[in-house]
Amino acid sequence: MMRKASSFNLAALGLGLAFLYLPIVILVIYSFNASRLVAVWGGWSLHWYDELAGDAPLLESAFISLRIALVSAAAATVLGTLAAVALVRLGRFRGRLPFAAMIYAPLVMPEVITGLSMLLLFVAVSIDRGFWTVVIAHTTMAMCFVAVIVQSRLVDFDVSLEEAAMDLGASPLQTFLAVTLPLILPAIAASFMLAFALSLDDLVIASFTTGPGATTLPIRIYSQVRLGVSPEMNAVCSIMVAVVGVAVIVASLLTRLSAARGTPARV
Amino acid sequence: MIDPQRQRSLMAKFAIGIPYGWLVAFFLLPFLIVLKISLSQSAIAQPPYTPVFELAAGWHGLRDFFAGLSLENYAFLGTDPLYVLSYMKSLEIAAFSTLLLLVIGYPIAYAITRTPRRIQAFLVLTVVLPFWTSFLIRIYAWMNILQHDGPLNRLLLALGLVREPPVWLATDTAVYIGLVYSYLPFMVLPLYATLEKLDESLLEAAADLGCPRWKTFWLVTLPLSAPGVLAGALLCFIPIVGEFVIPDLLGGSRTSMIGQTVWTEFFANKDWPTAAAVAVVLVCLLVTPIVVFQYQSIRGAERGS
Repeated sequence: MMRKASSFNLAALGLGLAFLYLPIVILVIYSFNASRLVAVWGGWSLHWYDELAGDAPLLESAFISLRIALVSAAAATVLGTLAAVALVRLGRFRGRLPFAAMIYAPLVMPEVITGLSMLLLFVAVSIDRGFWTVVIAHTTMAMCFVAVIVQSRLVDFDVSLEEAAMDLGASPLQTFLAVTLPLILPAIAASFMLAFALSLDDLVIASFTTGPGATTLPIRIYSQVRLGVSPEMNAVCSIMVAVVGVAVIVASLLTRLSAARGTPARV
Repeated sequence: MIDPQRQRSLMAKFAIGIPYGWLVAFFLLPFLIVLKISLSQSAIAQPPYTPVFELAAGWHGLRDFFAGLSLENYAFLGTDPLYVLSYMKSLEIAAFSTLLLLVIGYPIAYAITRTPRRIQAFLVLTVVLPFWTSFLIRIYAWMNILQHDGPLNRLLLALGLVREPPVWLATDTAVYIGLVYSYLPFMVLPLYATLEKLDESLLEAAADLGCPRWKTFWLVTLPLSAPGVLAGALLCFIPIVGEFVIPDLLGGSRTSMIGQTVWTEFFANKDWPTAAAVAVVLVCLLVTPIVVFQYQSIRGAERGS
């Protein structure tokens, strides 16, 4: 076996990880800075977190973002899972190629174009823009990511399990609900998390498709960040980093748990 | 009990029909509308373009529809150097940053495959983890570091590397840093996926036959990792061309990338037909890489089954 890391390899890894994590660490440290001047260190303080608790518009935006993320992630998970089942299990149905193309294109489409085209659709059919238009736009974008993740899980899947269920007299629907669905559940859970994160993170598509009363958190943060660095923004961003960090750790523990319990080990 | 054959075909219709319908309504149709509006004339109205197609008008409307189409907006894009420069700038920045990502991402992906299996999964997670924090936060973190009296400049001054604090923000350098930082996981993951599958015995064979390590890398490892290189490059290049947030927050105001141009046309100038035309030309520019990407992904998914 040649599997050995040279000092060059280790240096690449070390530098790479430092590059990825240092900016976030610095941001979090500065959020505890007592000084109003961003560049001057005035000692440790929780002052800026206190300020945030009183910032009603910001809190409202956070609440709107969470609601949009929850609804659109749920819808995207259902639609994306159906699409993955169609792509992997249903053979060469008519119109399969354009279907696959529509699944993969949004993954790389620049957000500005997706946002603009969604907006022009909503204007053309004169729908008032707001909460639900953002939900529709996020669902469309996220369902493609869901489809790709669930698809990769279905491809690895042992078809003989389904065949066994059918041989024992289960109907196709029973087989899907009792055999297929539980086995692909970790992938579905993971893709729900991803869809949720994508929605919470999105600025560009939401800016195009939102309307009065539905200012999401990224839109609010963006409008403040454009004006420059501020201690309040450091605090907001640190909280978001903490929330995401905890969520990812919990999710990875959960998937490991369910993988260890329910599914055969992957070879 | 319901006939299994019938139930199966009902389920198939359900699984295909619902996502298919959704994508046609919310992905395909919007594109056709963009195409249509890019061929309409702008108007000072709400919405700010003249609708060139009235369904109620029937046949008559269809004739008017084709008569009303004009390539005016596209001709306008060609005559104003602002747009041409903006496209060129986007392609240049995307190409150069993709190259940077490759040069930085490859050693990282390669190094991960050299570590023991148990650690590999953990390292991959570590590379992906920052991707889960908000995009905006990661760019904001760099605004923090790169500002005039920020941590980077103070470090450089303290080390005596510079006399005057250099200007970072509102430069192309800052845009490149932001792009490389944000897209690194997209480059490392596909590279790792192909490098990890690499057959070790090929490298051993080369070593046994007396091939120096750098030459083995050049003749064996690199060509075999070509699919990963292509996937990573496409996954970075295509979205970077249309990138908006990074150049907007870190870049200067002198030259704007095409994503910013669409944004400004739309939100500031309220010129929807021109914004639509800019978007259509951008999609045309990206059609080749997008088709290559789709071909790769569909083939990859097929090969697995």
